[in-house]
Amino acid sequence: MSDAYSRPVPGHVPVLRLGDVLLVTLQGDLHDSTAQQLQQDLAETISRTGVHGVLIDISGVEIVDSFLGRVLAEIAAQAKLLAARTVVAGMRPAVAITLAELGLTLPGLTTALSTEAGMELLSQQTPAYRPRGPRQESP
Amino acid sequence: MHTAAGVEACLPIRSDMDLVWVRQHVRQAAARLGFGLVEQTKLVTAASELARNTLVHGGGGQMEATHLSSGGAQGLRLAFTDEGPGIADLDQALSDGYTSGDGLGMGLSGARRLVHDFDIESTPGDGTTVRVTCWVAQPPRPREEA
Ligand SMILES: Nc1ncnc2c1ncn2[C@@H]1O[C@H](COP(=O)(O)OP(=O)(O)OP(=O)(O)O)[C@@H](O)[C@H]1O
Ligand SMILES: [Mg+2]
Repeated sequence: MSDAYSRPVPGHVPVLRLGDVLLVTLQGDLHDSTAQQLQQDLAETISRTGVHGVLIDISGVEIVDSFLGRVLAEIAAQAKLLAARTVVAGMRPAVAITLAELGLTLPGLTTALSTEAGMELLSQQTPAYRPRGPRQESP
Repeated sequence: MHTAAGVEACLPIRSDMDLVWVRQHVRQAAARLGFGLVEQTKLVTAASELARNTLVHGGGGQMEATHLSSGGAQGLRLAFTDEGPGIADLDQALSDGYTSGDGLGMGLSGARRLVHDFDIESTPGDGTTVRVTCWVAQPPRPREEA
């Protein structure tokens, strides 16, 4: 990935906080720089809020190429380093077929068929990762 | 039945904004020619990979979309051209996982799997042209050749 063209381009993906989870909804066609910006925003938000989960809803995404696939994988990897789990939810069947044929199986990504299923996955598994006692969040 | 209107075009590839236009055009052209959703998705994804290579490795260039028609079958050909450094070792560039940068090295080899026809011409120092073609799946019926 070259930085040669990572100049700012309009488009910003909002990151919503739902309790212990950050919810991101990707829609339509993303600019490369928008995806990279999201990657940075998420790292900062996870470390600031101490959430344990990130849920990325891609049901509105028409294609995932190797660039976006890599950004998703990097988001999951960096979230893990920050003690949060990532679930990518709602991949369209045509996107899954295409990704597999492209050869991009993204083994590091946890997926769920819907945001509901993704939320459940995160809420089931999160407590195991949480030490007893409150984290350093405001009471 | 199918017209070339909205299919044939020549689009610049100079920024990541242009990649968005390329994807949108290919999606629209494929839909017009009657490609199904999965085929459209494969074509747009292949186009996105190749256009990004044109931009990142080739230093920018263009994509030309052409409507093909053969014996009643509709096809779409996309040609990505740049005047960049070219590729010295095509076999290496086309192998899964090879990247000269820090990519995944799946773009070229993966795009090749996503289309029916794949052709690459590259001269070191002169540039690279990648042409891909896809045909709309025909309903199964005996072929009348000749
Ligand atoms: N248009 C081009 N001009 C010059 N070199 C190219 C071009 N397209 C591809 N290459 C070379 O072929 C290699 C493989 O391309 P490929 O798209 O498979 O991987 P990549 O672009 O490095 O990574 P990614 O998985 O992110 O696409 C590139 O690293 C580059 O060296
Ligand atoms: Mg590439």
